[in-house]
Amino acid sequence: MTLLGTASDIKLINDDGLRLDGRGFDELRPIKIEVNVLNRADGSAYIEWGGNKILVGVYGPREAYPKHSQNINKAFVRARYSMAAFSVDERKRPGPDRRSIEISKVVSEALESAIIVEQFPRAEIDVFIEVLQADAGTRIAGLTASSVAVAAAGIPMRDLVVGCTAGKADGQVLLDLSKEEDNFGQADIPFAILPKTGEVVLMQMDGDLTVEEMSKAHSMLDKALKHIYNLQREALSKSFTDVVAQWGE
Amino acid sequence: MKRMKEIVLPGDEVRVDKLKPRQGVRKVGGTYISTYLGVLQKSDEYIDVIPFTSPYIPRKGDRVIGKVIDVGPSMWILDINSPYTTLLHMNDSPWRVNSGDLKKFLYPGEWVYAKIMSVNGIKESWITLKDVGLRKLDGGAIITMPYTKVPRIIGKKGNMINMIKDTLHTRIIVGQNGLIWLDGSPENVEIAIDTLELIQKLAHGEGLTDYIKEYLEKRRGDIVGNSK
Amino acid sequence: MPRDELGILSEIKKNFILRKLSDGVRGDGRKFDEFREISIQTNYVPRAAGSAMVTIGKTRILAGVKIEIGEPFPDTPNQGVLTTNVELLPISFPTFESGPPNEVSIEISRVVDRGIREGKTIELKDLVIEEGKKVWIVFIDIDVLDVDGNIFDACNLGAVAALRTAVIPGEAHGFKDAKLPVNNTPVSVTFAKLGDWIVADPTIEEEQMSSARVTVTTTEDGHIRAMQKGLSGTFTWKEIEDAINTSIRLGKEIREKYLQGV
Repeated sequence: MTLLGTASDIKLINDDGLRLDGRGFDELRPIKIEVNVLNRADGSAYIEWGGNKILVGVYGPREAYPKHSQNINKAFVRARYSMAAFSVDERKRPGPDRRSIEISKVVSEALESAIIVEQFPRAEIDVFIEVLQADAGTRIAGLTASSVAVAAAGIPMRDLVVGCTAGKADGQVLLDLSKEEDNFGQADIPFAILPKTGEVVLMQMDGDLTVEEMSKAHSMLDKALKHIYNLQREALSKSFTDVVAQWGE
Repeated sequence: MKRMKEIVLPGDEVRVDKLKPRQGVRKVGGTYISTYLGVLQKSDEYIDVIPFTSPYIPRKGDRVIGKVIDVGPSMWILDINSPYTTLLHMNDSPWRVNSGDLKKFLYPGEWVYAKIMSVNGIKESWITLKDVGLRKLDGGAIITMPYTKVPRIIGKKGNMINMIKDTLHTRIIVGQNGLIWLDGSPENVEIAIDTLELIQKLAHGEGLTDYIKEYLEKRRGDIVGNSK
Repeated sequence: MPRDELGILSEIKKNFILRKLSDGVRGDGRKFDEFREISIQTNYVPRAAGSAMVTIGKTRILAGVKIEIGEPFPDTPNQGVLTTNVELLPISFPTFESGPPNEVSIEISRVVDRGIREGKTIELKDLVIEEGKKVWIVFIDIDVLDVDGNIFDACNLGAVAALRTAVIPGEAHGFKDAKLPVNNTPVSVTFAKLGDWIVADPTIEEEQMSSARVTVTTTEDGHIRAMQKGLSGTFTWKEIEDAINTSIRLGKEIREKYLQGV
């Protein structure tokens, strides 16, 4: 989130037209995704995205509890976004705060749009997102990893969910904000889609953007999401082709 | 021979051609879409997406293995390796049970091999023990596999599972929900479990039966009870 | 909305609403981009530093501002503090319960907060008494009294109107009373997607049958200040763009018609 009133004249773009970490305006940070990293979960994934390190475990579908919370028409998807106490510069008090409750809600809704929840009446699907180290863009990194973990759990889906952020800092529309750009910038847009159709499943924005800037941000996101989706695909395929590669040993 | 079948992801288009789409395929507009992460499997008639793993949902007629987790006045509640528990009414057991006396026959923690008699729209299901081969499972060991691997474990006309049973002199019951009961000498049961795990891992490759045959041949020396 | 209040809308009514939408009219006869009647009554609670009772159709909220002296956050020593809290009172809807804020009220609070904050309604730098030590803390508390859809926009209007009329209670602390300095006027417009149709300012019936929701908050300069997509349905990018443009247009109308005089 942008901090109101923090000096927006901080230089975040250098004289060569590059960002402080050397990236171009529409360049992503490095992203790495691994699948099935946990033993007990029904599905799991790990994502490194810039300095973000996030672990996701999926449990379920399982019968929803308490019983009166059951919906006879569909499973409900309960994502829980949580930050480790040591994941940020100043120790974060453990337990949900208002920010993480809101993030959990929008991430749950975004995942539910991809999951065929009608196949599991009375059930719930729990998605635990543990941010081990935070470095801006945690919610969309967590969501991106979550959809991979849900697919790995064998839960039927319409599509994966892939997310990224764009925003504005030092007067420029930028892709995949860094921590400094997020803190001292002028706008932040967490954004996620169903990659096959481009339908928007998560979108938030705060800051100050013109309509033209929003449109520019969307073009950058559109291109980047295709790339991130391919990383998701590779990670999921690899986790199962690896098994066959051992064949005959 | 070690070729992997084609992997598909949720949302991927499935080219159906002249086949009938079945498991893991849904129609959206004019195209067919995979709903699972799995492999594409084509038979003469059907095309399926077989998920690598997937939660087991009770289906009428399935023969499953279940564990008693609770006992009511007239019904047992069982865990069948599914998001949903199932119910066994005392009248569907092979015993003459009086209401309130259920624990005399089946106690929490005990296992049965049962058939799913009915499932309703909200996935509540009832099982029965009244059919050939169904029974309480005494002794032995239970292991869990993704239920989607069960057809490979059984093999065409049972050739895979029969090969394992015969080679290892082990009694094996494969529940369609992915729970498997094994009973025999501990050494042989151990080899059987290794073999089943191998099948699970390699279930989506081709030429599996021959490979498992070779594997069992290699372990011949470890098997107890073979005539020299 | 709490889960169990979904599905109470009868199939007959749903079909009626959907059929009318396909004829280009909403259940209550409005156009797709038309708000219900809005009323704003400021200074409803004189004991508050600023307040506003807002109705949109039959939805009714009461926003109150309290301004107190406190310490700034350590990382922003040269700024006052703004907090926004929305309470979904149990009197306002059968399934609302008393108790700590749930995810629904937290989401509304945070979306309203972002609109006010990023819309630069108040300049927090103006609220410093002694840098690093003493600042004015502006509490915006919003009680939802009666629910008939679109709580988001009612709360946004209430917060803005209450801030615009708020007075800093200086006399109690040895200063002079002073009007709280307000700058921009952010207005949020919330849309609901019903089938393939998108309507602004949804009623409760429309909300109950909607698959997705999006709120767009804009300021008088035509800039976007906050957005929030909600629920498990989806929007195409074209629909999002339309929502942004419609929000800018409706925001301008609402600002001129209802907030100019406040």
